[in-house]
Amino acid sequence: MVTIPAFLIVAVVLFGIGTVGVMISRNIIILFMCVELMLNAANLALIAFSRALNVVDGHVIVFLVLTVAAAEAAVGLAMVITIYRNRETMNIDRFSILKW
Amino acid sequence: MNLDTIIFAISAVVAVFGAVMMIGQRNPVASVLYLIVSLVAQAVLYIQLGALFLGAVLIIVYAGAIMVLFLFVIMLLNLRGREDLGAGSPPVSKVTKFVVAGLFVLELGFVVWSGVFPEAGSTGIQSAASEFGSVEVVAELIFMKYLYPFELASVLLLAAIVGAVVMAGRAAVTETDESDDDDAVKEQTVDEVHG
Repeated sequence: MVTIPAFLIVAVVLFGIGTVGVMISRNIIILFMCVELMLNAANLALIAFSRALNVVDGHVIVFLVLTVAAAEAAVGLAMVITIYRNRETMNIDRFSILKW
Repeated sequence: MNLDTIIFAISAVVAVFGAVMMIGQRNPVASVLYLIVSLVAQAVLYIQLGALFLGAVLIIVYAGAIMVLFLFVIMLLNLRGREDLGAGSPPVSKVTKFVVAGLFVLELGFVVWSGVFPEAGSTGIQSAASEFGSVEVVAELIFMKYLYPFELASVLLLAAIVGAVVMAGRAAVTETDESDDDDAVKEQTVDEVHG
């Protein structure tokens, strides 16, 4: 029988992979996708909790998270395009414009 | 070992495999495709947990729309994974990255392992009511109890549209301005040469 903690473990593993990816990735597009992966891992955990408590409210939260993820992807990719036009690179280490 | 366990094992392994392959790719297009593989497996997990509507939404919105947006940007910028990303970070910072990420994952794993959520351990994923997570139930919650957050989400989407257009559009304007200046300079020099 598949239990809820099994799903939580999958969510933790996916979130961990996303965290490691954000840390080690130097390509800004892959870094963005790692953020999306972390959002999805959190969604999986929310759905698992929702199933365990037998309430559907968690599904609504996941729906809103999906909306936020879509907005974040649109704005983030617009920023990537803008910065790429200025810097001609995808390397995240070159994007330290705010650092002084 | 029943069918549920087999489906869970396969989709969990595929989800983790896709995620691992995603961060290991040099070519962003391959990375996007691996993320789609992972997302489809995650949609299977959603459906196993009774979230039929969200499983469909995940495939349609994420794998269908957001990932296509990523592919679109990659092709717009003409990335082929061949450009030089330069030297990596210094070893100290590389080690720090892994240590921080590892600690974070350990912490999360400890929370799950220590059973913060004890009553979940005993219940399986069977015995779901047939309408649990269906479109009707989720829609009723969204449009009755969570109507205000739902409307706020629409405002957020509007703000995101405006923000994306402003950010990506302004750069185009400055770029054309610069090229106009270049043309003017060229004309000037041509005039000088002819003069």
